[in-house]
Amino acid sequence: MNIVARRRLQLGLLLGPVTLFLLVFFLVPLGIMVVTSFLTPGLYGGVEWSFYPDNFGRILGFANPEFEEYDPVYIGIFLRSIRIAAMTVGATLLVCYPAAFYISRLPDRWKNFCLFLITLPFFSSLIVRLFVWVMILRPTGLVNNTLMATGIISAPLEMIYTDGAIILGMVYVFIPFMFMPIYASIEKLDWRLVQASLDLGAGPIRTFLRIILPLTAPGIAGGSVIVFIPALGNFVVPAVLGGAKVMMLGNLIEGQFLSARNWPFGSALAMMVMAVMLVLLLAYVILSGRRNATAALTA
Amino acid sequence: MRDAIVRLASAAKAFATPEGRQVKALDGIDLEIGRNEFITLLGPFGCGKTTLLQAISGFVELDAGRIMIDGEDMTDRPPYRRPVNTVFQNYALFPHMSVGENTAYALEAAGVGKTERIERVRAMLKMVGLEGMEGRLPRQLSGGQQQRVALARAIVARPKVLLLDEPLSALDRHLRETMQLELKNLQHELGITFIFVTHDQQEALTMSDRVAVLAEGRIQQLDTPRQIYDHPQNTFVASFIGASNLFEGSSDGRTFVTSEGTAILHAPAAAAEGREPAVALIRPESFFLASSADTCPAIDVTVEQIVYVGSSFEVFARTTSGRKLMAQIPASQRGAIGQLNAGQSARWHYDPASVHLITTREAA
Repeated sequence: MNIVARRRLQLGLLLGPVTLFLLVFFLVPLGIMVVTSFLTPGLYGGVEWSFYPDNFGRILGFANPEFEEYDPVYIGIFLRSIRIAAMTVGATLLVCYPAAFYISRLPDRWKNFCLFLITLPFFSSLIVRLFVWVMILRPTGLVNNTLMATGIISAPLEMIYTDGAIILGMVYVFIPFMFMPIYASIEKLDWRLVQASLDLGAGPIRTFLRIILPLTAPGIAGGSVIVFIPALGNFVVPAVLGGAKVMMLGNLIEGQFLSARNWPFGSALAMMVMAVMLVLLLAYVILSGRRNATAALTA
Repeated sequence: MRDAIVRLASAAKAFATPEGRQVKALDGIDLEIGRNEFITLLGPFGCGKTTLLQAISGFVELDAGRIMIDGEDMTDRPPYRRPVNTVFQNYALFPHMSVGENTAYALEAAGVGKTERIERVRAMLKMVGLEGMEGRLPRQLSGGQQQRVALARAIVARPKVLLLDEPLSALDRHLRETMQLELKNLQHELGITFIFVTHDQQEALTMSDRVAVLAEGRIQQLDTPRQIYDHPQNTFVASFIGASNLFEGSSDGRTFVTSEGTAILHAPAAAAEGREPAVALIRPESFFLASSADTCPAIDVTVEQIVYVGSSFEVFARTTSGRKLMAQIPASQRGAIGQLNAGQSARWHYDPASVHLITTREAA
């Protein structure tokens, strides 16, 4: 066997399993979804094998009124989901950036301990943790009981099953996802550059805006993408903390598949979510491509 | 000093080592640096020279003592409010900014208007030989060019004092020597006080008006390069600067007798009364082999090794009492060297005027 052939075999052995896995469990299901989103929903669930663009029409407003009805509520849910996901990104960013900064300046021993604490939630069930939030936020929960007992309020606050509760839960779930990329970029930041900036007469604020922020921007962008995408499609948090009142894309899609048994419409909704994400990812790639020079240098 | 621009008074700083010991990086430093002076802080690794520099730039807070710059007390001022800029060892150029933006940074921070900024950046880059490179990114430049940007960036806002933290150590030897001369010329042109930190004695001697030799957080000697080399005040300075042959013993003001009993003649020393303990210094280049110099005193040695280093030969030998000596013989004396072989005995002559007596021991 010559060297080229051996190299190819090695490559095949190394990349083969993951390629096969993604092919079978990612690309094929994705293909099925794409096809399904253009099929006719069966009367009693299931699909009929005929081309049917009205699944998308129902969402975007070009539905043939004979078959489907355009309902602006879906666009509304899209916008609300994007808003909640964006607010989640904003809130996690506000929480994580200063914390990452502080932790990166700790001695190694404390640093590792703090990183362990950040990843600690992964060791327990997400559902269980979210139900703890239910116990805390519900009208007879920890917060309301405490406030009532101390006489600060006379009637329970309505905290659970609101947008606020969803955002709180999302922030809680996604903090580690935002923290890690930001921490990585802050860790890489060369503190001598900060010193140089101060030395050249730039105060702390200018140094932050002109040096620290641009050099940690790749981490901010990466964390934002990693949080925004799953937040947009998340259905566990709105299901538990949003109750039946607050509908997000994730619940909507889940409902189409599991309750309404309208798989083509559910697939079409999922395709729309993917389209939004693709646009965002593309924007990220283009933007970070321009920043590549900086990122490569600070690496 | 009447016209001092930088004045340090009993500056002290101690650091805790990881083992919990206290290390005095600055142990009561008194230092006055004149306007337009090129002063070098020279010393081995860990002598406190970088700490001293950072105390002046404001990145190290003193435990005790004060720092004045141009008559103003700087001790408690943050780095960004001191009229001092630094050329960092690794240059620390902002990687996301062009050469022009890097150079304009200090002007921007000082609130200089855009038109003036562009003009001054252009003039500055021309001065350091980077005309027309405003648009390049630091990573597109060679090491020498990056060095020049770092320099331009630090002097464009005309600081009262420029600090240079081993800025040439990353350059290759040829470029380093060019830059040494350029720096010296630049300093003359600008009229800015330069405080240069290095562990390279050659660099220190070449560039400086005065050299401060530091060890263990204290200034061992502060003098002109010639004084430092020819008249070191203590054995640390003598052995740190250049190669040296040191003899312990005592002198009666005319003859120095080493502890093994070898007599060394030296120029009359005023201070000596009776037999004072001292150290005699003979630089390797002060020895000569020529037989025509019979009138000069000599030391009998046994040659051990001869090393050719290009411009000269380094000859290692032992005296009859076993002390190791080194002589540097110019390559032009090939003839005399040719007759010298390892294991052979020889007479090394010296001029009594070139013997330097160190009467103060290592500074306490």
